[in-house]
Amino acid sequence: MNMWWKYLLFLGMSVIIWISFTTPAPQQEIGEASRIFYYHIPQAWICVIAFAMSAYYSIKYLRKRHALDDDLAADSARLGLLFCLLATITGAIFAKVTWGAFWNWDPRQTSIFILLLIYGAYFALRSAVEDEERRAALTAVYAIFAFITVPFLVFVLPRMVPSLHPTDSVINKNLKFTMGPEVRTIFFSSLTAFTVLYFWIFNILKKTNLIRRKLETGTI
Amino acid sequence: MGKSSAGLASKSLAVYVKDLRLELRSRFGLNAVFMFGITTLAVVSFALGQASLSPKILGALFWIIIFFSAMSGLAQVFVREEEQQTALTLRLTADPDAVFLGKLCFNFSLLIIMAAVITPLFFVFTDAPTAGAINFLVILVVGMIDLGAATTLIAAIISKASVKGALFAVLAFPILLPMLIALTLSSEKILAGESLGEVSKLLQFLIAYAIVMITASILLFKYVWQE
Amino acid sequence: MKGRPFELAYSFHFGILTDVFTLKAVNIGKKFGERIVFSAINLNLNTGDSVAVTGPNGSGKTTLLKVLVKLLRPSSGEVQFQDDDRVLDDDSVRARISFVAPYLNLYDQLTGEENLKFFAAVRGGNITGKEVESLLAEVGLARRGLDLVSTYSTGMKQRLKYAVALSGHPQLLFLDEPMSGLDDSGQAVVASIINKLRAECIIILATNEKEEYAFGQKQCRLGQ
Repeated sequence: MNMWWKYLLFLGMSVIIWISFTTPAPQQEIGEASRIFYYHIPQAWICVIAFAMSAYYSIKYLRKRHALDDDLAADSARLGLLFCLLATITGAIFAKVTWGAFWNWDPRQTSIFILLLIYGAYFALRSAVEDEERRAALTAVYAIFAFITVPFLVFVLPRMVPSLHPTDSVINKNLKFTMGPEVRTIFFSSLTAFTVLYFWIFNILKKTNLIRRKLETGTI
Repeated sequence: MGKSSAGLASKSLAVYVKDLRLELRSRFGLNAVFMFGITTLAVVSFALGQASLSPKILGALFWIIIFFSAMSGLAQVFVREEEQQTALTLRLTADPDAVFLGKLCFNFSLLIIMAAVITPLFFVFTDAPTAGAINFLVILVVGMIDLGAATTLIAAIISKASVKGALFAVLAFPILLPMLIALTLSSEKILAGESLGEVSKLLQFLIAYAIVMITASILLFKYVWQE
Repeated sequence: MKGRPFELAYSFHFGILTDVFTLKAVNIGKKFGERIVFSAINLNLNTGDSVAVTGPNGSGKTTLLKVLVKLLRPSSGEVQFQDDDRVLDDDSVRARISFVAPYLNLYDQLTGEENLKFFAAVRGGNITGKEVESLLAEVGLARRGLDLVSTYSTGMKQRLKYAVALSGHPQLLFLDEPMSGLDDSGQAVVASIINKLRAECIIILATNEKEEYAFGQKQCRLGQ
C-alpha cells in the first residue's frame, strides 16, 4: 500500500526531535526548558482535537445509532486521554524546571487537569453501564455535554484568573510575537507531525473497528 | 399539531409539584443534604476553635461544603424514579421536556432550601464577615442556578447506570470545576469587602455558563431519557 | 357532532371518535447484543382490533409490547401510528396510550387521587374531582382515593393502574399480564373494562393464561 508518507513521518519526526535539541532554545529568557514547547503544545492541541472528534462521533451516534460511531467515539477518547497525559506530564516537567513546582494551578494547568478528569469520568461511565446501546447513548451525551465546557476552559478561564500566575501569560505572548522564523518552522513542523501521527493511529483504529463490526454483526 | 408552550409549562409544573410532594413526604434528598452540610460545618467549626479565617479560605470552605452537600442530594430526583420503577410509567405518559424542566426546578428548589439553611449557619460557625451580605447573596443565587443547571442532566445519566456509587460526583466534578473556581474567587472578593463590580467578569461567566448548560441539557435530555 | 339523530347515536355508541386509529409495525425485530428476541414481526391494527400476544416465559412478549408502545427502539423495522392516514408524532401518540403492566408502577408516596390527577396533568389534560370519584368507583376503590398507594394491597394497586389507564381516554390499550394480583371481583372489573373499550381502542395484551387469550380477536405467538 501507500507507505511512503509513513516513512516520511518517521524521518520527519526523527529530524524534528534532533533539531529541537540542537538549535538554540526557542525562548531565551526561560532557557533550555523552553524546548518542551515543541512537544507539549502539539500534545495539548491533539488532546483537544481528539476530544472534538469524540464529540463529533457521539453526535453521529445519537443521530444514526450505528455501533461503529460509538466505537470511534470511545477510541478517539482513548487517544485523547493518552495525549492529555503526555501534555500534563510535559507541562509539569516544564513547570518544575521553570517555576520550581510540578503543579501550581495556573489557568492552563487547571484546564488540562479538568480535561484529564473529563476523560476519566467518560471511561468511568463506560464501565458503569452494561447494556451496549445504553452505554453508547449515555456516554455520547456526556461527551457532548463535557465538550461544551471546553471553550469555557480554553478561552474564558485563563482570562478570569489573572492574579494566579502572571508568568504563564509569557508563553502566550511568546507564541504570538517573539517566535523567530526558525523556531516557527520547527514548531509548526512538530505540530503537523503530531497531527499526522494522530490521524494515522486513528485511521488504523477506525479500520479495525469497521472490520470487527462487519465480522460480528454484518452491519456497522 | 404542535406543542403549545402553555401546555409545556403546565406539564412541567405537574412534574415539579409531584416531585416536591414526594420529597416532602419522604425527605430523602433533604435529609441527605442537611446531614452532610451540617456535619461538615460542625467539624470545620470545631477544628477551627476561635481562630478566624482569611476570606480566601472562607470562600473555598463554603463552596466545598455546598458542593458535597449538593452531590449527596441532587441525583435523588432521577434515581428514585428508577429504583421505584416509576420511571417507565413517567416515560410513557410524559413529555420529556416537561420531565426535565420539572425536575430541574425541583433541584433548584432543593438547592435554595439547602443554601437558606447552611449559609446562615456557616456565617455563625465560622464567624465570617457579614459586611457584603447582599452581594454574597447574589453570588449564592447564581451559584445555585449553576449547580442545578450542570448537574440535573448528569443525574439523569447516572440514574441509568448499573453501578451508581460515586459516579455522580465523578461525572459532575469536571463539569462543575470551572464554575466552582469562579464562585470561590468571587466569594473571596466579596468576603474581603469588595463590591459586585469587582467580580462582574466572574458573574458574567457564571451566568453565561448557566445559560449554556441549561440549553445543552434540554437538548440532550431526550437521548438520555428515551431508549 | 353534526348530523341526524341516527348518526349522533352512532357516534355516541362507539365513543367520541369516529376516525380510525392505526398501529403499523413493519418488519420489526429486537435484539440485545447478540441475542435475538424476536424478528420480522408485522402488524397492522385498526381501532376495534385486538391481539393477544402469547408464548412461553422469556419469549419476548414484554419486549414486543415495549417496542410497539415506543418505550424501546426496535433494532430493525419501524413502528408507526396513524390517525386517519396521517402519521402521528410521538407527542400526540403519548396522550392516547394507556399501558397496565407490573413494571409500570404508580407513585407509592402519593394517594390514589393524587396519582390520577398527576397523570392527567402530565398528559396535558385535566381531571375533575367527580371524574376521579367515578373512576375509583369503577375499579372498586371507591373510598380509598385519599390513602397513600403504599397502603394498598397488590390487587388494589393493580386496580388503580386501571383507573389511571381509563382516565386517559385511550385509543391504544396495552396490557401485560392483565389479571396479575387480582381476585375474582378484580378480574371481573378488568373484563368489563376491556369489553367497554374494545370498540374504541386497539387492544394488545400479553399473557400466559389461556383463559385470557380470548380477549384478543387474533393471537400472536412468540418463541417459535
